[in-house]
Amino acid sequence: MSTIFDCRCSEKVGGLFPELDVPAQGVERLIDAAHVRTQPLRLPDLSEPQVARHYTKLSKLNFGVDDGFYPLGSCTMKYNPKLNEAMAVLPGFSGLHPRSDVSRSQGALQLMFELTGFLRGIAGMADVSLQPVAGAHGELAGMFLFKKYFQVRGEHERKRILLPDTAHGTNPASAALAGFSVTEVASDETGRIDLAALDEALDDTVAGIMLTVPNTLGIFESDILQVTEKVHAAGGLCYFDGANLNSYMGKTRPGDMGADVFHFNLHKTMSTPHGGGGPGSGPIAVSDALVDYLPVPRVRLENEQYKLDWNCPHSIGSVHSFYGNFLVAVRAFAYILQLGDVGLREVSENAVLNANYLQQRLKKTYALPYDGLCKHEFVLSGKGLAEGISTLDIAKRLIDYGVHPPTIYFPLTVKEAIMIEPTETESKATLDRFAEIMEIVAREAKENPQLLHDAPVRASVRRLDQTQAAKNPVLKVPLDGE
Amino acid sequence: MGGFFNGLKGEAMAYPTDYRYTKDHEWVQLKGNRARIGITDHAQAELGDIVFVELPAIGTSVNKGDNIATVESVKAVGDVFSPASGKVVGINDALESAPETINSAPHVGGWIVDLEVVDLAGLDDTMDAAAYESFVSGA
Repeated sequence: MSTIFDCRCSEKVGGLFPELDVPAQGVERLIDAAHVRTQPLRLPDLSEPQVARHYTKLSKLNFGVDDGFYPLGSCTMKYNPKLNEAMAVLPGFSGLHPRSDVSRSQGALQLMFELTGFLRGIAGMADVSLQPVAGAHGELAGMFLFKKYFQVRGEHERKRILLPDTAHGTNPASAALAGFSVTEVASDETGRIDLAALDEALDDTVAGIMLTVPNTLGIFESDILQVTEKVHAAGGLCYFDGANLNSYMGKTRPGDMGADVFHFNLHKTMSTPHGGGGPGSGPIAVSDALVDYLPVPRVRLENEQYKLDWNCPHSIGSVHSFYGNFLVAVRAFAYILQLGDVGLREVSENAVLNANYLQQRLKKTYALPYDGLCKHEFVLSGKGLAEGISTLDIAKRLIDYGVHPPTIYFPLTVKEAIMIEPTETESKATLDRFAEIMEIVAREAKENPQLLHDAPVRASVRRLDQTQAAKNPVLKVPLDGE
Repeated sequence: MGGFFNGLKGEAMAYPTDYRYTKDHEWVQLKGNRARIGITDHAQAELGDIVFVELPAIGTSVNKGDNIATVESVKAVGDVFSPASGKVVGINDALESAPETINSAPHVGGWIVDLEVVDLAGLDDTMDAAAYESFVSGA
C-alpha cells in the first residue's frame, strides 16, 4: 500500500477556481519577497476521486469498533454513539477559532464549565481541569501537581512514588518524567495491594502512590480506604488512574476513596473515539489541597458571563495549547447528557455484568488465575491450553474469526495474560458468539495447533515480524520530505 | 528482573555453577569485589525476543535494589535491579546494536553490567545454581 505522496499523477487537480472578478495581482505585490516560497509545496497532485479511493482503501484495512467486537482490556473500546459526532460538527463548535474573543465563544465556554461540573460530580472531588489530552498526559499533569504541592510545603525530600506491580505501564513513566523515582509494591495472592508491603515502603521520602481502581486484573481494591489512609498518614498523596472508571460510575467516587488526583479518559469511559492515536482527552480532578495548582486557563462564571482566568499565580501553568482537545469534550458532554446519572450508573452495571458473564463461561476453557467476581474486565491465561501454543497464537487466530484480539501479555503478574473487557455496549448475542469463538480456538489449539501458528490467514496481512518491526523499522517516507 | 517475572514458574535449565542467582532472575559472577551481572536463561526465555537494552552510565553509584538497566522485549519491559550496592565500572555496549545476544547467550556474551561492589554481604541473599533451578521449577 503506497502513501498518498507516492500516488503521484501529474496535472490532476481537485477543483477548478472561477475566473477572478477583481484585477489579478502578482504574489510579489501582496507578500514581502522575503516571505514568498521559492520551492513548490510538496503536495500530492491528485483528483478528488483518487483521494477518496485512497482513504477508503486504507479504512478497509483497519478494524475499529464499528467493524466488530473489540474486547481490548484496559482500553474500554465501547461503541461511540453517532449523536456525539453530530454535536461535535455543529458549526458553532467546529468553526470556532481558539483565539476568538470570549464574548463570541460563550457557548463553548459554557460547555466546558458545565462538563467540568459533571466530571466533578462523577469524581466526587473539588475541581477539574479539561486540559490534558490523554490519560498519560493527565498522569503527568497530576505528578506535576504532586511536585508543586511538596515544593510549596518545603518537603523536598519526597521523591518516591509507590506503584503496585499491576500498575499501568504509563504510571511509572509519568512519575519518572516528572522527576520522581518509582518503588514497586507487590500485590498479595488475591491480586490486591499487599498492605504489609505498603507499610514497609512508606516513609517520609514518599510523595505518594499511583493506583488503578479497580486494578488491571479487573479486581476492586477492597482495602482501598486503608491504602489511602496509610498513604495520607505518611504525608503522601494518592493518584487514581481513571482508565477503569467504566466499572463504577454512580456507584462510588474516587473522592470518597481518598483520591487527591484522578484522571478521566473521556475517550474510554465517555465514548469518544480512540484507538488510532487520538485525539484523546484526559481531564484531571483534584482534592481541595491541589485546586490552586491546576493548569491555566480556568473557565469561570462571573456576572452571568463565562471567562477564561489566567490569573492563577500558584498554577503549574499550561500543559497543552489552548484548552485541550475541545471537540472531544463536546462529544463527552453529549454522551453524559444522553445518559444522565441513572444511565451512567447502568453503563457501569452492564459493563460489570458483561465481564462476569464472559468470565464465568470462559473459565471452563481457559485458565483464570484470579478467580472471583470481577469488575469490568478479567484476565485469563493462555498457559497450559495446549502444547507449544502461546497467547500470541490465540490472539492472532481470533483475527481470523473477525474479532479484535484482547490485550495480551498484560498485566505482567499473569503469565501469558489475555485481558478481556467486553464493555456495556455489546449484546448477549455478541458475547455468546465471542465465547464460542474462544472455545473453537481452544479446540483448534489442541487438535490442529498449526492453524494457530499460521494465523492470521484471513486478514489483509499475515503475521508480522514484530521483532524486526521493533528493531529495524523501515521508514517509507523520509521526514525531510525528499 | 522485576515485574514481568514475579511469581513465574518455568522449566529447569542448566546454569553455570560458579554464578550466584537472585529471585529477580539475574545472575552474578563475582571476581574479588567485581560483579558481572546479567539476566538468566529463564528470564530471557520468558521475555521473548529482546529488542532494546538501556544501560547505565559508567561511574553510576547504585544501591542494592536500584534499577541499573532496562531490558525490553516484544512482550514486556523488565527492570534489572542491582543485586548489591556499588559503582558501575563496565557496561556491555555491544548490546546496544545486538540486544538479541541476551537471548542467544544470556550467561556469557549477554552480560549487562560490571559492578564494583562496596558491600559484599549484600549478595548473601543470592542462591547457588541448584537452589535457583529449584526456584524456577517451582520446587
